Amino acid sequence: MRLLIIEDDLEAAAYMVKGLKESGYNVDHVADGKEGLYKVAGEEYDAIIVDRMLPGVDGLTIVTTMRSAGNKTPVLILSALGEVDDRVRGLRAGGDDYLTKPYAFAELLARLESLLRRGKETAPVTKLRVADLEMDLISRKVTRADQTVDLQPKEFALLEYLMRHAGHVVTRTMLLENVWDYAFDPQTNVIDVHISRLRQKIDKGFDKPLLQTVRGVGYSLRDSE
Amino acid sequence: MIPNNLLRSSTFRLGVLYMALFGFSVLLLLGFIYWTTAGFMERQTLATINAEIQGLQERYELLGLAGLIQVINERVNTASSGDSLYLLTNSHFKPLAGNLKEWPEARAINEGWIHFILDKNGHQQITAAAKHFLLRGNFHLLVGRNVSEKERVQSMIIDSLGWGLAITFVLGMVGAVFITKGVQRRLDVINRTCQDIIRGDLTRRIPLSGTGDEFDRLVQNVNDMLDQIERLMRGIREVSDNVAHDLRSPLNRLRGRLETSLMGNPTKEELEQTVMQSIEQTDDLLQTFNALLRIAQAEAGSKRDSQSLFDLGKTGRDLVELYLPLAEEKGLELTSDLEEGAFVLGSRHLLSQALSNLLDNAIKYTPTGGSVFMAVTSTPAGPICRIEDSGPGVPPEFRDKVLERFYRLESSRSAPGSGLGLSLVAAVARQHKAVLTLTDSALGGLAIVLSFPRPPAKSWHPPEPEES
Repeated sequence: MRLLIIEDDLEAAAYMVKGLKESGYNVDHVADGKEGLYKVAGEEYDAIIVDRMLPGVDGLTIVTTMRSAGNKTPVLILSALGEVDDRVRGLRAGGDDYLTKPYAFAELLARLESLLRRGKETAPVTKLRVADLEMDLISRKVTRADQTVDLQPKEFALLEYLMRHAGHVVTRTMLLENVWDYAFDPQTNVIDVHISRLRQKIDKGFDKPLLQTVRGVGYSLRDSE
Repeated sequence: MIPNNLLRSSTFRLGVLYMALFGFSVLLLLGFIYWTTAGFMERQTLATINAEIQGLQERYELLGLAGLIQVINERVNTASSGDSLYLLTNSHFKPLAGNLKEWPEARAINEGWIHFILDKNGHQQITAAAKHFLLRGNFHLLVGRNVSEKERVQSMIIDSLGWGLAITFVLGMVGAVFITKGVQRRLDVINRTCQDIIRGDLTRRIPLSGTGDEFDRLVQNVNDMLDQIERLMRGIREVSDNVAHDLRSPLNRLRGRLETSLMGNPTKEELEQTVMQSIEQTDDLLQTFNALLRIAQAEAGSKRDSQSLFDLGKTGRDLVELYLPLAEEKGLELTSDLEEGAFVLGSRHLLSQALSNLLDNAIKYTPTGGSVFMAVTSTPAGPICRIEDSGPGVPPEFRDKVLERFYRLESSRSAPGSGLGLSLVAAVARQHKAVLTLTDSALGGLAIVLSFPRPPAKSWHPPEPEES
């Protein structure tokens, strides 16, 4: 997996590069918008992480330029501007996801994985499956080991998101944003409570738990074998 | 003569421009008056002379020279005013009949109009306009009129027209100066106040003249703008003060923890432990920091593009749904009475966060076995949102205090939190022009009521097209 990081804060970039390399990615880094634009045009990447405010050419311009040139590489925009309007502007410019500084590295990694997976989705899926847990998106039925699991609408949406990102870490913010459409962090552990309820419904009574807690980061739905 | 600042004034330039336009109009008008008076007189004279020559020529054709001379003599003798001039000469301009002694010096070789001056009765000089006509047999006929009076009237008209124009210009200039001075006086007051404010005195305001004219409206708007700026500046100052006070100490603790962890001979496990704790503490700090920024943003007022008309009841229902499991886990009864169709104009995200803070607080501070209640009702005055609990409540004397940043009641110090939750609610309420009231709840604890203004019907956005 080849990644390009366009980030002018060298220290932040170094720590991002180190973390991503340790996670098994092949990482290129440029510190300047113009150089970033050349790299994007000249080489093939699996995903691009771009800072919004850059010297030379700013991040949003890079994204709009590559999109208008037909480049569909997934882009994660990093920015210190985190208000809803800023996010909307970033996503409208062609970004696929938007992460506000300061961020936890785990959050960056989780979002990046989610982006890389999204690129591979081709045909619209009607059935999701993780181990013996099955979700039929048309009849909205969930079964585990052929036993029906009764879910509330929000629990269904939550499980759907987790199953679509099965095997990957999903952070609390990602859940709030994608399942509840909220762009803020609640003060309490309200997400954890929803997760533990869901866990009760899908894991209780089965010897193989599927819904894992990743300490300090979030959750992951995976086949533990 | 005209001061420099007057010439640079756009009002003055407008005044002068208007004056020029007005002067041109006056000129056109006067020209028309001249054409209809003096011009009319001239045309009248020429027409009469033409008619007379016509008549005399016919007489000549009919009766011959003798008949013509007779007619001319008759006319000379009967002409009452004596303004008519006649002269008939032979081919050598020798007079045959008429009241002119000789052919005037300004003689035309051929037929045509001539103007001349002649001494009448030896002493009075008169101006005459005449037509020279050649009769068959080379007799020269001259028929004219004394036009002295007409010329005098004409020059009088031209004179008065000229004076009229000059007076128009002078009055226009005086008017332009006068109007400019008036406008400039008003603008000078505004400019002076602005200068004072630029120099740093943000408390200055421009005085109103009290007439309610467009200047007063401008001044009112500028003053309102200044109020808003002053409020924002105060907010920024408060935020930086608070950041200094309340972020410095946890940062200091964090630094101390990291520093001491290196002392002695720490084991790998100990170091890991410290790093984990430090990360957690950093996360707390970031959350506090984000909360502060959000409050500042809410206080900075609305950004237009994030404003929309949304259903408060629906927002409330979503939030209750989000918090229901949390309440149940804590053994609380979370009930709601949410009326849909209570629309609020504003930022759904900010308001969701504010209401979520309120639910969060209610659940956090209400002991197990208690109850939390959320209601959204639509009243003629606007939507009202009410969140009540059976918790310990807030004593009346602290109800203003808890809205301040970082303020926490002694009794709540043991619970986690930054003391920013209610500050955000207060800021969001202000941004949405909602009235925030803290009262006693029938449930035994605190009731927080947010009364929103009625959403403006004209900003009714597309979601309900049948209503628009």
